[in-house]
Amino acid sequence: MMFFLTSLLVSVIAASTPLMLAATGELIAEKAGVLNLGVEGMMLVGAVTGFVVTHITGSTTLGILAAILAGAGMALIFSVLTLTILANQIATGLALTLFGKGFSSLLGRNYVGIAGPTLPKLDIPGLSTIPFLGPVLFGHDVLIYLSFALLAATAWFLYRTHAGLILRAVGDSHNAAHAIGYPVIRIRYAATLFGGAMAGLAGVYMSLSYSPMWAEDMVAGRGWIALALVVFAAWRPFWLFVGAYLFGGIMYLSLYVQGIGIPVPSALVSALPYLGTIVVLVIISRDRRRIRLNQPASLGKPFHATA
Amino acid sequence: MFKIEPRGYSSRFWSIGSPILALALTILLTGVIFAAMGQPPLIAVYTFLVAPLLEHNGLAALAIKAAPLIIIGVGLSLCYRTNVWNIGAEGQFTLGAIFGGALALAFPDAPAGLLFPAMLVMGMLGGMLWAAIPALLRTRFNANEILTSLMLHYVASLLLVYLVTGPLKDPHGFGFPQSALFSSAATTPIIVPRTGVHLGCALAPVIAALGWLLLNKSVLGFQLRVVGQAPRAARFAGFSENRLIWTAMLISGGLAGLAGIFEVAGPVGQLTTTISPGYGFTAVIVAFLGRINPIGVIFAGLLLALSYLGGDAAQIDLGLPNAVTGIFQGILLFFLLGCDLLILYRVKRVRPAAALAGAAP
Amino acid sequence: MDRRQFHKILGAGLAAASLPSLIRPAFADGPLQVGFVYLGPVGDFGWTYQHNVGCQQAQAHFGDKVKTTYVENVPEGPDSEHVIADLAAKGNKLIFTTSFGYMNYTLKVAKQYPDVFFEHCTGYMRDKNVSTYNIRFYQGRYVQGVIDGKLTKSGLVGYIGSIPVPEVVQGMNAFLLGMRSVYPTAKLKFIMINSWYDPGKEGDAAKALIDQGCDVITQHTDSPTPLQTAKARGIKAFGEATDMTKFAPETQLTADVNDWGGYYIKRIQDVLDGKWTSTDTWGGFDSGMLSMAPFANMPDDVKALAEQAVADIKSGKNKVFVGPLTDQSGKLQLPAGQVMDDGTLSGLQWLVEGVEGKLS
Repeated sequence: MMFFLTSLLVSVIAASTPLMLAATGELIAEKAGVLNLGVEGMMLVGAVTGFVVTHITGSTTLGILAAILAGAGMALIFSVLTLTILANQIATGLALTLFGKGFSSLLGRNYVGIAGPTLPKLDIPGLSTIPFLGPVLFGHDVLIYLSFALLAATAWFLYRTHAGLILRAVGDSHNAAHAIGYPVIRIRYAATLFGGAMAGLAGVYMSLSYSPMWAEDMVAGRGWIALALVVFAAWRPFWLFVGAYLFGGIMYLSLYVQGIGIPVPSALVSALPYLGTIVVLVIISRDRRRIRLNQPASLGKPFHATA
Repeated sequence: MFKIEPRGYSSRFWSIGSPILALALTILLTGVIFAAMGQPPLIAVYTFLVAPLLEHNGLAALAIKAAPLIIIGVGLSLCYRTNVWNIGAEGQFTLGAIFGGALALAFPDAPAGLLFPAMLVMGMLGGMLWAAIPALLRTRFNANEILTSLMLHYVASLLLVYLVTGPLKDPHGFGFPQSALFSSAATTPIIVPRTGVHLGCALAPVIAALGWLLLNKSVLGFQLRVVGQAPRAARFAGFSENRLIWTAMLISGGLAGLAGIFEVAGPVGQLTTTISPGYGFTAVIVAFLGRINPIGVIFAGLLLALSYLGGDAAQIDLGLPNAVTGIFQGILLFFLLGCDLLILYRVKRVRPAAALAGAAP
Repeated sequence: MDRRQFHKILGAGLAAASLPSLIRPAFADGPLQVGFVYLGPVGDFGWTYQHNVGCQQAQAHFGDKVKTTYVENVPEGPDSEHVIADLAAKGNKLIFTTSFGYMNYTLKVAKQYPDVFFEHCTGYMRDKNVSTYNIRFYQGRYVQGVIDGKLTKSGLVGYIGSIPVPEVVQGMNAFLLGMRSVYPTAKLKFIMINSWYDPGKEGDAAKALIDQGCDVITQHTDSPTPLQTAKARGIKAFGEATDMTKFAPETQLTADVNDWGGYYIKRIQDVLDGKWTSTDTWGGFDSGMLSMAPFANMPDDVKALAEQAVADIKSGKNKVFVGPLTDQSGKLQLPAGQVMDDGTLSGLQWLVEGVEGKLS
């Protein structure tokens, strides 16, 4: 039983990390009032860039940095269109995903079927072998710890710093924030670029750790799940963690129960994570007041300073 | 220095000019990308956008490919006008195919005059049912329809896998995941012999015209638009927002379902695990490219269909990778969205000195 | 156009018209055009990738005499009809359509282009200008089973599939039969990921199977992720479709290697020689279409046993699906001494005793 729990947790951690990384980035962007549906595309470009750079330079650190930059670069395209040129955010995000799919496939053309270096694991002698706690807490790669650190930092930033307060103000009422004198557009640029950088990080986690290789379209819909998680969490960092792990857990368990051989068609079991997301989304959203309290009021609305 | 300044009205010139400018810029940038990949840009652009039309049966292929995009896109544009973001048309398409297809498989001997219309109705019902779930969750539980409709698409495709590997599997199909072929009575009538151009292709523009009339010339359309543009005004006017959300979702779901049954009863001819190459998602782009206007959707659907055919042609004739199609579509949408700025805003040149002077108190 | 050119074209046209359509040789001038239709991107490192390797081998083999063209990412459905027809219209004389879902469309286009030859992979419908071809993948699975049966401690193997098409059913059954030939109480657990392409999910399925006590993993999906997962968990696994040694040198025992190149070269040569006929090819070890990656990470006696298994299948001594075979419910499906015929085998829909879990 203990063994089962340990390996279950370790598997769930790996499955949940890309979701949590990407969702953390999107959370900041949405808190600033920007809805970027291009997460999937940004993740793909991050995944391929990170893989290619790691392969060329031999350094996973450079690969991770390149993926962050690539994700941010994709977000920059989005920002210019939606923030400077005031294009519709939903449509631009969809276009970004389309573009990202094609672009990543083109970039990675010569890197298919190559075994890449994987991220080093953080093994602490003595600690990793402690029963249960050892394998659950230690022995993962750096990005997993980073995903927690970044989520914690994000929570701290949003609710404990002045800058976080300003960012939330921009997301809640851009007109008021502008009237007070905050640079709405500049803050939104920064938040969106952060979102892109995190998506890039989520992507490179996939191509260097989760399934260490490059293959076209390997993100396989996780960008969309990350978007769903932000709403699911009602824009609160702690619940983002819960959501990512819950979804990662259901995704893993839906495979696990098949192995046990339950008499339910496997295609229907595979639908469980999606049905589960809907159910939880409904439960969370039912409380309109809570949603209204947390949802950035200006989410998705273009801002143009009139005065 | 440039400054963006609201016009205060929408420019009639640019509302026509912007898509043309966007297309021109897209062709230009795609040409540059082709050149960077070592292709002569003019020939590549020609192969991509013109040659597919001149081929034998090229126009028929275009019509067959564009029909589902237009039918779904019309429904989505009504939806988006209402500010309801149905992203899961792919799932509604699938359910339409399942409902209509199940009817065809259940009554293989029924007469065509009865069976085919009944399949269309069932297809629409299937799509509506799948769209009713996000509508219910949005109006009753306040759940975001972008996410619920998207999640339901995954459920729909898995449901289809279950059905064609289980209850609807062809008993004589050697265990492959597919249903039996539909009887000829259950097949979409072909309207141009030997081209595959079917009834759905002819109905697509009609549906677009009806969609335009509904949106622009009817009380319901007026209400939908008001809810979309000014929800508060709609509330003052006493329109029921929930009723209009339901209406928009059901119309778009029904049309997606209709496209689904036309597709499986026409070009596909049976239920398989892969009945759509992503029509429901491409139609979202079609709706935006058509500027959320049913008539615009016709042009957008044709253009997107052409880009797919062009992508195939570019592979056959030039050996270019398929990724070019996605890149072209993404860039086209980027430019279109960007150029739309010119409709409501003007770009003004400001001399730095003047800008500084203006900033001084 | 000058007069000589005009006569050449006219002459070619007349010659073409006068010859019986099926034995028309390739035009003397210009290379023979050969088209390939792919389901995935050539970058999927799986099914499509492997076909494209075959295509490139054929191109390299024939050089200037042949011009290959491929179209990737062609969805199974009406789009494929358009692509196949387009290839035929643009002068391709031999067209390979490499996924099951192209079957009806290949046959439809073949009727419109009676002087073009078509080859459909994994299908079961033929015509006078449509051949079918496939690989007896199950033979490789059997050999894997033999190896696993010798190495396993738990007697339980984990099998990862996408969706249970007959080929996957054959594979699971053959693996367990091979395993039981040396480990009579062996069992097999499987997980279908119900997704056409998701390397992450394949890895998760491998983890789930390992967590449930499987000490060797084999896969019927394309990516090397399950192999990499096995490596991380310190157990052994089999590669799929291609030699995946470089992804996990200490983990891969062997892999089925799909070799389409030889078949493509042979069929193209047939067209060049004017000898192409409609056939049904289901090639195994003996045809060269299937081979095993080097046996590694196992003791020499197991290696010898595996090599013997390959040799026996190759020589026809071992037909793999030989009675008595009972299904999961214990019902006798194939009496002792009988060999399953190819028709039954190609539509196999039941699992042999010892496989755990239901198909649907």
